[in-house]
Amino acid sequence: MKDISICLNGEVRQIAVAPNETLLDVLRNRLGIKTPKEGCGRGDCGACTILLDGKAVRSCLILAIEVHGQSITTLEGVGANGLTALQKAFVKNNVFQCGFCASGVILAASALLAENPQPTESEVREALAGNLCRCTGYEPIVETVLAVAKQAARQPAASRRTRS
Amino acid sequence: MSKNKVVGKSAVRVDGLDKVTGAARYVDDLDFGPGLLHAVVVTSPHAHARIVKIDTAAAEKMPGVVRVVTGKQCPYKFGLYMQDRFIFPQDRVRFVGEQVAAVIAESPEAALRAAKCVEVDYAPLPAVLSLDDALKKNAVVIHPDLGNYERVPWFFPRAGTNIAHWRKTRKGNVDQAFDEADYILEDTYTVPRYAHCPLETHAVTGLFDLAGRLTLWASSQSPYAQRGVMAVALKPFGLSHQDIRIITPYVGGGFGGKAGVSMEIIGAVLAIAMKGRPVKLHWTREQEFMNTSQRQGVVARIKMGVKKNGKIVALDHTLHWDAGASAEYGANVVNAVGLSATGPYSIPNVKIDSVCVYTNMPPCGAYRGFGYSEFHFGLESHITRIAQALGIDPVKMRTLNAIREGDTLAYGAKMNPGDLCKAIDRVAKEIGWGKKEKAAKAHKAIGKSLACFWKAPAMPPNASSAAYLKFNEDGSMNLAVSGMEIGQGFLTVMAQVASEVLSVPVNKIRVETPDTDRNAYEWQTVGSHVTWSCGNAVRSAAEEVKTKLIATVARAKKMKVADLYLAAECVKSRKDAAFALPFRDFVIDGIMRPDGRYVGGPIHGTGMFMPEFTSALGDPETSQGGHPNVHYTVGAAGLVLEVDKETGKLTVLKVALAVDVGQVINPDLVKGQVVGGILQGLATAMYEDIRFAADGRLLNPNFTDYKIPTTLDCPLEIVPIMLETPQPDGPFGARGVGEHTMIAAAPNIADAIADAVDVRLKTMPLTAEKVALAMRGIEYEDVKGDNLGFCFRGRPCDYCFDVGGAS
Repeated sequence: MKDISICLNGEVRQIAVAPNETLLDVLRNRLGIKTPKEGCGRGDCGACTILLDGKAVRSCLILAIEVHGQSITTLEGVGANGLTALQKAFVKNNVFQCGFCASGVILAASALLAENPQPTESEVREALAGNLCRCTGYEPIVETVLAVAKQAARQPAASRRTRS
Repeated sequence: MSKNKVVGKSAVRVDGLDKVTGAARYVDDLDFGPGLLHAVVVTSPHAHARIVKIDTAAAEKMPGVVRVVTGKQCPYKFGLYMQDRFIFPQDRVRFVGEQVAAVIAESPEAALRAAKCVEVDYAPLPAVLSLDDALKKNAVVIHPDLGNYERVPWFFPRAGTNIAHWRKTRKGNVDQAFDEADYILEDTYTVPRYAHCPLETHAVTGLFDLAGRLTLWASSQSPYAQRGVMAVALKPFGLSHQDIRIITPYVGGGFGGKAGVSMEIIGAVLAIAMKGRPVKLHWTREQEFMNTSQRQGVVARIKMGVKKNGKIVALDHTLHWDAGASAEYGANVVNAVGLSATGPYSIPNVKIDSVCVYTNMPPCGAYRGFGYSEFHFGLESHITRIAQALGIDPVKMRTLNAIREGDTLAYGAKMNPGDLCKAIDRVAKEIGWGKKEKAAKAHKAIGKSLACFWKAPAMPPNASSAAYLKFNEDGSMNLAVSGMEIGQGFLTVMAQVASEVLSVPVNKIRVETPDTDRNAYEWQTVGSHVTWSCGNAVRSAAEEVKTKLIATVARAKKMKVADLYLAAECVKSRKDAAFALPFRDFVIDGIMRPDGRYVGGPIHGTGMFMPEFTSALGDPETSQGGHPNVHYTVGAAGLVLEVDKETGKLTVLKVALAVDVGQVINPDLVKGQVVGGILQGLATAMYEDIRFAADGRLLNPNFTDYKIPTTLDCPLEIVPIMLETPQPDGPFGARGVGEHTMIAAAPNIADAIADAVDVRLKTMPLTAEKVALAMRGIEYEDVKGDNLGFCFRGRPCDYCFDVGGAS
């Protein structure tokens, strides 16, 4: 076991981890963070997506021991200060169905908009191509991300606040 | 114009906030504390083998292991419609991946390590890995005790063979009609197995508490059916319905794969083995592919006779289904198709044989579409081919033969309302039917197609729904039903139905996921029937609440019941415009009369629904005389496809789908079913390509090798069209829509490929590879190799089922 220190959703957490523990298992089973889901355990489905220093990554493919000193955001942290514009739009447009992919999709889309506030449709599709969804057919997801980006362009100040 | 205020509007999903915040909890998210035990199963490497000996001694000594369970402790079978599935196999294993034992340990890692140390001694038996092998003379019989299996009365297994069920439908005189037909086309179409691929794999945690009560937290579409199946199978443990409680939190996708019972019953017996401690069993993605249920593969031989004008006069449709090692659910898919394989057409002379065949492949069961996607592939392809051979417009031929309200179905009952012709017209217009389009590049070609679809829920005649509805002090409500929210928006639709009757806003009606101790009964969430069936139960519960609200006010205020009505969460009076008593003022505490006494009390309502007009007891030789289906939902879909002539790559430029849902309850949710269903259908047509090795091993049980679509694999445009010909016995006229949207996709693609590049594919999936080969004049059958998506060898045209074939 080795002690690591991470900044999890804005709070510094210390935890001893075994060298073979995945970040997903540590988050879910040891830190009570249940929004990253295990859908395949091998990086195919994207349900375990989290933000590692702002970048969308698959937590099932990362060993916890590797992330010492890094900052992790999960869905629990995204809406901590009220729903983001993306979350609000996903609710309003009745986008998700079973919801199992939602956490990963929201984090991947948030990372995209943070880096590229005005993505084209193909950029949105590319950014979310690693997040499988079996229910929605993806159209409402892609449309909503584009609509939120467009809305943010009209209200730049508001978008900065909600996209922190 | 509809006078509905809530029904027909896109209410925000009642589970929307839960899902975007992560508040939604799925089985694997539930915490059970440090006492939780973890189980891992030991699986068979053989498709068919005798179990000689299971040695658990080494595994039991491993650190962290608390118990190893085998079939010795649990010699019981189970099944929804027929008890042919083993909790743990007894004398033999019947497919690769079947559970032969389970290790229970303090951690998942300890359980996994120990599972590898369970030594199983097998004596391999000849494996039945093709329909030909299953049906040949002196075939190896996979279920020697088939004749003794408990089953529903509408199944007709043949003891001593591998035929689990044979549904025959006979109408008119087929032989004579073929004699009189102007044109006959006969051909064979094959559809492989498919996997559901919900994002959440199956999971169950069981607790057999110290008082002897079994509670299961299960990822399930069917909590009550699970309790029912388990009460039968686990009776030897002294359990009855009252001793079993199933709690189903949110489910991460079902698509039929979480209907009935599969691995949950293993979780149940492991919990029973560990009294007092919760035990979790969580399928890996690989197990999700191999050991829940798959969609059955099928070989369909179609002979259709028509008149010169395109009128279909005779259909002989023979389907042999690869059910796998267990048909406890799959045989009912076969049954449903055996009744409905005419498709949505009025055909005077019909002969259908739908034969369910055991093989040593993974068990199959319900999958969105329940056999209809499979048979529509051949049937719709066939109709287009006949139209082209006769020089008739394939769309006109469909309209000519389209089923209409009141037409006699193949089994003798009458067709329900539904406007198929309008669906065909709308779709044809939307895709510019008849206008040939030219591709922008010379190496590409564009094709168009239009296919019809229909589907009825396949359910026992007494499948029923119930609902409990209660008020809270603030005028909000709880609705306790046991239909399952598997993503389709069921909870929201039920809230909308109650809201319409009671004027309580949808966001003030909390609809909870099922708990068999607390929520009202529901048969199962399958067959696209819960909006209709449970919707009726909820409406009836809401009507009871409405009656009580009005009666309470009438009594307390000495007003006439006939003068009172509900609006804006108040009881109002037609006689006194100023009178409005808010629900929150009296629904719990009652209404105070001038003398200080109170009238009323907590207001609640219950409702139930059972389709009392149905019966599954038709003549076994003809299916005439029963009324096995409640209603069909009909529709049509068309698409515009671009084919790359060099690579075979298929790009769907546009899809239009019209479906007659009776009454839209929530347009966003219907649209969700249309768009999602189309992509799932297109995936089975173009991308998903399951492969088994020659020894029955599944070769691609993961998303790297079994490709489901991503954001980059979608049609460029989808146009959902909702038609509303009311269903007289549906809530506000609604009928089901969930499964139907994927049914037309495969024939749509096949026909559009044929239209674009004049290549007719009759074996699914219709991959780019097959198109490219066909365009080079290479027969796929010649190069496909040994690893197949279903258990057939050789060419479809060579398949011969004389031994088990139609009689």
